[in-house]
Amino acid sequence: MENTILKAERLNKSFTGPDPFQVLKDISLSVDKGEFITIVGKSGCGKSTLLYLLSTLDTDYQGTITINGSRLTGLKERDLARFRNEHIGFVFQFHFLLPEFTVLQNIMIPALKLGALPKDAIEHNAMQILRQMGIQDTALKPSGKLSGGQQQRVAIARALINNPGIIMADEPTGNLDSANTQIIFNIFQELSAHGNTIIAVTHDRDFAGRSDRIIEMKDGTINTTAEPAAPPAPCLEPEPLRAFPSSSLFP
Amino acid sequence: MKASVNFMISSTQLLARKRQSIIAMLGVLFGIAMFIFMMSFMKGVNNYIQDTMLSAIPDIHIYNDIRTDYTTSVTGSWLHNDPQKMVIVHHPKPEKVRLNLKNADAILADLKTRPEIKVISPLLSTQVFFNYGSVQINGILDGVDILEESKIFGLHERMITGTPENLLTADKGVLLGQGLADKLNVAKGDLVTLATPEGTSMRFRVVGTFAFGLSTVDNIKAYVSLASVQQLLAKNHDYITDIRIKLHNIDAAKELAALFAKRYGYKSEDWESTNPSIKAGNMIRDSLTWVVCLTMLTVAGFGIYNIMNMVIASKMKDIAILKAQGFDGSDIRAIFLSQSLVIGVLGASLGLLLGFLLSYALSRVPFPKTEFTFMKYFPVVFDTRYYFAGAVFGILTTFLAGVLPARKAARVDPVTILRG
Repeated sequence: MENTILKAERLNKSFTGPDPFQVLKDISLSVDKGEFITIVGKSGCGKSTLLYLLSTLDTDYQGTITINGSRLTGLKERDLARFRNEHIGFVFQFHFLLPEFTVLQNIMIPALKLGALPKDAIEHNAMQILRQMGIQDTALKPSGKLSGGQQQRVAIARALINNPGIIMADEPTGNLDSANTQIIFNIFQELSAHGNTIIAVTHDRDFAGRSDRIIEMKDGTINTTAEPAAPPAPCLEPEPLRAFPSSSLFP
Repeated sequence: MKASVNFMISSTQLLARKRQSIIAMLGVLFGIAMFIFMMSFMKGVNNYIQDTMLSAIPDIHIYNDIRTDYTTSVTGSWLHNDPQKMVIVHHPKPEKVRLNLKNADAILADLKTRPEIKVISPLLSTQVFFNYGSVQINGILDGVDILEESKIFGLHERMITGTPENLLTADKGVLLGQGLADKLNVAKGDLVTLATPEGTSMRFRVVGTFAFGLSTVDNIKAYVSLASVQQLLAKNHDYITDIRIKLHNIDAAKELAALFAKRYGYKSEDWESTNPSIKAGNMIRDSLTWVVCLTMLTVAGFGIYNIMNMVIASKMKDIAILKAQGFDGSDIRAIFLSQSLVIGVLGASLGLLLGFLLSYALSRVPFPKTEFTFMKYFPVVFDTRYYFAGAVFGILTTFLAGVLPARKAARVDPVTILRG
């Protein structure tokens, strides 16, 4: 049980207004430490809504969410903000970098906010992450001067600066060309390989195919929980499976 | 640490839109500068007007008001006080009125013991006619102790020719109002002849001319020694009609005047009661200044409000991402409110400086010289209280103008913005 990093129980959410609509129906979910999960589904199925609930940004729901053993449901805005700062890294479809700041400053801001490390240590960490992303040359440029793919990499770097327990991504490749999409894929895969917990919403089946677990949503419920559809060959043991039915053909 | 990252974001954003920030700051700057400038100038004008008007008015004036007792009449004795007859007199006239202060020496001696009093100047005043060829020109002849009189009304600064002390050294000298001297076509050193309504006439030598800047004074008034007038009116040396008093504290006049009236039994007037228009004028000019300045500051405040609202509308995404990364509502509020306050503090400080420079510049502009004004430069008062008030108002205005937009920013819901 101590391996579970996120646990959501019986989440319900409705949009009120002229057109009341229940967008999430009784969703329960648990995520293990180090797991790479993708949430897929048609648009309107509630996958992004679920992500924003899990990320604590949206607090208007029924049910409970527990991350890292802290029950987050019902906490005050201030406490949730502090929790997000420390434990959750965000990547969105759009990079949402602050245009007035340099790349390095953008990455450092969440860490400066957390205030756990002195400024030069934070700067050192930020540079190291940038180096891993292969964009260390852009560190001192204004964030607006970068290409879309570079900006998204900076956004990922920013999500990583506080060593968050969970990285949450909402369509992280939704706004990129295929070459940059590949780069982002690889980064996520590498992050996963280094033991990061990732929850990503995507409509890209290729991307989902690289995750440890796919959660498919349909009309506000979780449809199936399946292993990757097209797993890399060495991970599984297909031989006995094939042998078993073939042997049964023989009388 | 937390505050410093908020301030870093706040200042970086402020610097990133320099033009907007400067325009918002200029609004406050000019508002405060005009506030300082107008307050300093208006106060200078008020003081000048008050000084000018009060220059011819003592703080307290004690004199014998003509009040006649009409309960008895000479008509009665005319009719042998016959009890059978009732006497009705229409429009009674006084038979004989004494205009002087009877126990003048005692009153003067008593006044001298009062510590609140700075100067006491006794006066014997009479109407006279100046001979100008065949024409007689009306005037007021004041017999005074010229040294005391000079202390009350600052005669030294108002002399056009000669000095007040000339009156002491010259035998039968007279100081004429400049307007009166012009009418009589005389100058220092000339002789003038004047006559009392009773017909006595006397010759004086002009030893100086003065100008108060008030034609009602300068065109009719002449000073001679107290003894000269007593001689002219054939009265003894303790015959005086008025006592004028200057106080250390002008605001005590009202109270003391009432006290003197009761104590000596003569009419005793303070400057405020005789000249209510001075106070009213001051108040009107003061309120006008305040209204104009507060209006300007309010306009500057709206400028900041507008600009901050625009800034926040354009910063929705940034606010949303900051919130996602762990900045809470109070951080966001602090970021945007501090931007308003930086604008306000900078604008107010520079405004105070500009206001001071403008006031100083005006105080060095020569005032158009006329014969009757004794002012060399435009009147400006430098009072630190205005600078303090300006700073407080400036910062308060920007704070209020910044609070609403900052609160709006703090309430931004990140989800709706991040979902696109």
